[in-house]
Amino acid sequence: MPSKVAGFRTVLVTGVSRYLGALAAARLAADPEVERVLAVDTTPPQGEAAALLFQAPEPRTTATRQAGRTAEQKIEFIRADIQNPLIAKVIVGSEIDTVVHMAVQVSAARSARRATKELNVIGTMQLLAACQKAPALRKLVVKSSVAAYGASARDPAMFTEDTAPREMPRGGYAKDVVEVEGYVRGFSRRRPDVGTTVLRFAPFLGPRADTALTRYFSLPVVPTPLGYDPRMQFIHTDDGLEVLHRSVAEDHLGVYNVAGEGVLLLSQAIRRAGRVPVPVLELGLSTLAGFARRSGLIDFSIDQLDFLVHGRVVDTASLVKEFGYRPRPTVETFDDFVRGRDLTSVISPDNVVALERLLLDQIRQARQRMSWAGEER
Amino acid sequence: MSGEVIRLDHAVRTRSSGGRIRQPPETVSPAGEMPNGRPTRPGISTPLPDPERVDGHRGESGPEPDEWDRRVANLLGFVRRRLTGEYPVDEFGFDTDLTDTTLLPLLRLLYQRWFRVEVSGIENVPTKGSALLVANHSGTVALDALMLSVAVHDEHPTQRHLRLLGADFVFSTPLLADLARKAGATLACNPDAERLLRSGELVGVFPEGFKGVGKPFSERYKLQRFGRGGFVSAALRSGAPIIPVSIVGAEETYPLIGNIKPLARLFGLPYFPVTPLFPWFGPLGLVPLPSKWLIEFGAPIHTTELDASPDDPMTVFNLADQVRESIQQTLYQVLLRREGVFG
Repeated sequence: MPSKVAGFRTVLVTGVSRYLGALAAARLAADPEVERVLAVDTTPPQGEAAALLFQAPEPRTTATRQAGRTAEQKIEFIRADIQNPLIAKVIVGSEIDTVVHMAVQVSAARSARRATKELNVIGTMQLLAACQKAPALRKLVVKSSVAAYGASARDPAMFTEDTAPREMPRGGYAKDVVEVEGYVRGFSRRRPDVGTTVLRFAPFLGPRADTALTRYFSLPVVPTPLGYDPRMQFIHTDDGLEVLHRSVAEDHLGVYNVAGEGVLLLSQAIRRAGRVPVPVLELGLSTLAGFARRSGLIDFSIDQLDFLVHGRVVDTASLVKEFGYRPRPTVETFDDFVRGRDLTSVISPDNVVALERLLLDQIRQARQRMSWAGEER
Repeated sequence: MSGEVIRLDHAVRTRSSGGRIRQPPETVSPAGEMPNGRPTRPGISTPLPDPERVDGHRGESGPEPDEWDRRVANLLGFVRRRLTGEYPVDEFGFDTDLTDTTLLPLLRLLYQRWFRVEVSGIENVPTKGSALLVANHSGTVALDALMLSVAVHDEHPTQRHLRLLGADFVFSTPLLADLARKAGATLACNPDAERLLRSGELVGVFPEGFKGVGKPFSERYKLQRFGRGGFVSAALRSGAPIIPVSIVGAEETYPLIGNIKPLARLFGLPYFPVTPLFPWFGPLGLVPLPSKWLIEFGAPIHTTELDASPDDPMTVFNLADQVRESIQQTLYQVLLRREGVFG
């Protein structure tokens, strides 16, 4: 059962220079029960992330005002590398009680791949090693991904939290995620007093999200794998943050799939975005992805390509049951993304409906004329 | 033809599950659309509509409902839904709209005109709730699975959709994978079978697998071994009744007289069939022989009434054997009843 943790919290959030990490840090800082948020990343946040961290909006709740500090005053950015053992000093020195690990990330750009793997895997190892030595630590929340399940033709239609992937997923990011989860399991065995929550998120979508997938769906002509129409699931950024926040504010131990219920087929999603799908042979798709990557248009990794071919659907029953929270369905999430991006084209639903009516009226009139002609004869 | 009409209506009523209604349906919705499109829940078949309410355009050509007009409206509506992506798909990828509007009508031609399928015992298939239909598999190409789907949908009073369980091969083949999922099939594995059964679906399974569908013509109507009996444990776990189904006629569609193994290996197929017409006559060899088909649905075996544990291999094997024996016996009886192979 979810229960509130008493007292004010000191939270450490990793990976805050990315949009999602910054959102999470800002969101936690807005919680009146949170005393301090230590935002950690290797590079200082810029642009949108910086705006979120340092110019947080007016405090929304009266409780925050009573605390006398606005949300942004609670956030302290620490430029630190979680791969460096110094992170342990921060965690112990600041008497951190909650660590939110958001630094596991995708990077498909081939040159950056090694650095990303280092950050994902070695970074997690170091962070967990530091956590293990932190007596005040009571909670660890890890942002994981449904990529851990892989994507292949031989998988069951829906993954539950205890489904083991039939084969080790291809692609760097998915492998990283599997490894990271392995380390987290090891950590929770060694520190059973620290409550561990692992959230396997579906791909994030939202009106303002900017990921490889959002760029893919924004292409005017969208290449799809010929002969496959994968089932896809997304999680709305707002819902993802809500779940993340709840796992900090309440106690929900274990591993949970976090996704919007229902599915969208790839072709359906492209249609809803008003784009035109162009089926390409699967082999051609990886070539295209290579072009896109080299030209800097879209960074697609191999596991994301697998996702585009075979799709991935997860069962969210245990999330709904444990958190008492139902993320908005995948279809709504996608539509919200389409609205937010203002993707419009010739094939907008209004135009199609208008065309349909026009055609129907024309056919009716033509048939009526024919039947009159028939009667006159 | 009246049955046909109802089916089209059914397709039209299935609206987007996403709740994204861009305009009030009453004002903008074109002809043939339900005024109050009820959202469909994934995994649960849509309730059948009454045919009267759909034709909103009577009166334009007299009191008779204008059949032709309605069909045009339905077709245009279908094309619009395809273009805008406004159709529901369940978690398994089942696209009711496409299945009812395109796939089933095409298969129905084969079902009615070519194989002239006759069905008996359809009352053994429950009108609601789950059931596991276990059938014999034959005919080189798995046409029997497709015809069984049409039989269940068209002959059953509540026109239920059969959710087939397919081999790995199906879902790793481009195009086939896509179509199979859209037609409601999913991978033959216990998690999927149990999930479908728990949500009250009719599930169709062919436990013989490739051993059955790819067996030589000389062994026709001899049931092969029933795999590992996974279907029995799925039924036991979900409490769904098992309905043995015997299909006669599929064996003669593509009589398999040989198997070119090197070619099969080359193309990654389970077998490379040689029939009297294939590959000698090229594309002509792909036309199935017009055998006469009979499908019999046997009496259900209620798994909840059995004192059986899904984790006891002996019980599972015995029950699988019982189902297999029942199908084999019925096959012989139905064969005797059939007047001629092509009659």
